[in-house]
Amino acid sequence: MGCVSSQDTYETSFLESVEINTTENIVYAKQPSYKELIPPAAARRMAKGVKMGIAASTKALKEANVEVPDAIITGTGMGCIEDSEKFLKALIDNNEEYLTPTNFIQSTHNTVGAQIALGLGCKGYNFTYVNGSISFESALLDAKLQLENEEENTILVGAADETSSHTMELFKLVNIIKKESDLPYSVLDSNSSGVVYSEGATFVTLENVKKENSYAVLEALQIQNELNIDEVESFITSFLDKNHLKIQDIDVVVLGNNGDINFDTYYTAVGSLFDQIPQVYYKHLCGEFNTASAFGFWVAASILKNQAIPKVVKMNSIEKATFSKVLLYNQFQGKDHSLVLLSKC
Amino acid sequence: MKVAITGMGIISSIGNTVEENFHSLVSLKTGLSTISNIETIHKDIIKVGEIKLTNEQLAEQLNLPSDNNYSRTALLGAIAAKQAVENAKISDMNAYKSGLISATSVGGMDMTEKYYYEYFENEACQKYITSHDIGDNSQKIANCIGLKGMVTTISTACSSAANAIMLGARLIQSGELDRIVVGGTDALAKFTINGFKTLMILSDDYNAPFDNNRKGLNLGEAAAFLVLESETIVKNENKEVLAYVTGFGNANDAFHQTASSENGDGAFLAMNKAFKMAKIQPSEIDYINAHGTATPNNDLSEGRAIIRIFGENVPDFSSTKPFTGHTLAAAAGIEAVYSVLALQNNVVYPNLNFKTNMEEFNLTPQLTLKEKEIHHVLSNSFGFGGNCSTLIFSKN
Amino acid sequence: MEALKQELKSKIIEVLNLEDIAIEDINDNDPLFGDGLGLDSIDALELIVLLDKEYGIRLADPKQGKAIFESIETMAAYIAENRTK
Repeated sequence: MGCVSSQDTYETSFLESVEINTTENIVYAKQPSYKELIPPAAARRMAKGVKMGIAASTKALKEANVEVPDAIITGTGMGCIEDSEKFLKALIDNNEEYLTPTNFIQSTHNTVGAQIALGLGCKGYNFTYVNGSISFESALLDAKLQLENEEENTILVGAADETSSHTMELFKLVNIIKKESDLPYSVLDSNSSGVVYSEGATFVTLENVKKENSYAVLEALQIQNELNIDEVESFITSFLDKNHLKIQDIDVVVLGNNGDINFDTYYTAVGSLFDQIPQVYYKHLCGEFNTASAFGFWVAASILKNQAIPKVVKMNSIEKATFSKVLLYNQFQGKDHSLVLLSKC
Repeated sequence: MKVAITGMGIISSIGNTVEENFHSLVSLKTGLSTISNIETIHKDIIKVGEIKLTNEQLAEQLNLPSDNNYSRTALLGAIAAKQAVENAKISDMNAYKSGLISATSVGGMDMTEKYYYEYFENEACQKYITSHDIGDNSQKIANCIGLKGMVTTISTACSSAANAIMLGARLIQSGELDRIVVGGTDALAKFTINGFKTLMILSDDYNAPFDNNRKGLNLGEAAAFLVLESETIVKNENKEVLAYVTGFGNANDAFHQTASSENGDGAFLAMNKAFKMAKIQPSEIDYINAHGTATPNNDLSEGRAIIRIFGENVPDFSSTKPFTGHTLAAAAGIEAVYSVLALQNNVVYPNLNFKTNMEEFNLTPQLTLKEKEIHHVLSNSFGFGGNCSTLIFSKN
Repeated sequence: MEALKQELKSKIIEVLNLEDIAIEDINDNDPLFGDGLGLDSIDALELIVLLDKEYGIRLADPKQGKAIFESIETMAAYIAENRTK
């Protein structure tokens, strides 16, 4: 796996050095050095999201000892908004004259997946999912189907999202992002709506064979466009049922709390179903953005591999000696609900 | 692979319903014209496939309240999706495990570009801020068809809707879902008009695919959706099957961000995959609905790939983009509808505006409306980022 | 003419985002496309816009660019002859 985020997650051991942010309502990703990863002729056209995606995917492939995957499936919520904005601003400011193509062609949502394929010379299946907070999960679902049908053996799956100035200002206008007056920011002790926004890329190599350094097994997942808060319990129990499991079979639950008091109630409801086991949260580290749940996936997989939960992500104080099954739950503003079930290798 | 298509819906510059679209195709009536709905400096120069309805008229068709925040993309998508669901005679969308896979490249950009600066001065338009997001557009379509289930969107430029159909077929075949609405939608916007202009591939004339003197593409707007349903539903509800999705393939050219490789590698691989899955020979294809955008690059690349697959025996083929323009993420969706109509009505559509064979090879598209027995149709759609997709539709 | 060539080199670096390249690195007669500077078809389109915006020269056919953009030398010569700004 590979993870670029607002924390130092690219080159370090799992969560060894993290900083908790309470003062910024937009946190930017820590950019790795791209010189060794991307030839300058290509890098000069790339915005943050593409570069982060290339960095994270390179690491994920290296760790899995895979040179070129059979397929590349990516998810992004906002796509390449930096280039999008540049082109749109130029269009409006110059009244549609003197426009240049680079920003336009780099703005298509599948640019991250396309550039990764170009760099690797990978001619395989290549899809990009763009659907808010289930963009990453859609990519996972597609990959899982194909691996199970043995259509492919090795799939690179990941997500990337970048921030860009104009869009962040718009999000502030409609309180998607917390106001300055809501300081200090906290995810668990929040009393305001809106979120701390961020950006990042996480990639994972999925294969249908277990390897020595494998992190975890992707068992099942489910996506639902909308749910009322009183429907969440049955959403979870029927998912577990479908997979021949009960609530007691889950060892750790990973929740996407983001500090928005209007919607974190969903997580409170889910938490109360799993109040006997360790609960984990992560958006206080990576911030919120459409594909932040990929960071959560990385956290969950790492927990399974290491068989340890770092203190900084613990939501409660319940301990467990070993964990076999981890359930992730995420949603955004009552929509884009996802459940992902991982198990120990 | 054999997944049943039980419903379709479409709105494009050649018709607001499936029947209207078919009528235009067989009457050789193009939908290309100059722009009326958008204020752009290119207004009188380029030709586009514009739907001559305002957003207000579209919203009215959907019975939306006047203070709605639908982008034009969402409006078109909702209209087409509703038609498809009705055509499939579905009364309760959630009676089975259901989903929606939409596709778009523009999303709510038509609104974002309108209010770029105004957002900061005028609170009333701020409702469109969240409509920019592609996922939001699909959610609105889901709402309009009353769907509570799996909703996701694919955005791979001009191959998007084909990929949505592929994923949908996969989900039905695997039993993950029983019923899925798949397709795509894109509205015209200054962003895309200017974007394609900077690439110097927009024609100021009517697009002429596979013609030696082709000058580029005409953009268009449209939305089209298919309903795919499992065998169980087809049996239980005695559904009429319009056609089947029997094969598909997606591959990446991995050559350049926008241009296709000279020998059409990505296209070749995609078509090959589709044949392998459908378990049929190229000789069994009765009609190819080509991507045929009339850009110098695409038609050369696609032509070469077609020859690599079919050799001396290229079946009847045409591009329907002279009728509708290139509708970007919706293209594969509307062309899927046209492919099904071809199967149902045993007809091959003509490739309009063609005059002169390309120098590079000996490929002549079908030039007149042709009636013949059609059992299998192959449909190509290729997008930026080297994304190449092929679908095969069959009668039984 | 010298000043124009220097100006061109500076503008090309800026417009094409050639971060690692300095004006001194570009020789007047080096090929810009293919081997020399390694520019591609998208860069050609960018340069066509540059001609229009900075020098008022409008190319109707992108294929004309091939000869004009061969090197800094050929570009400068063409601009000197055809500029309207």
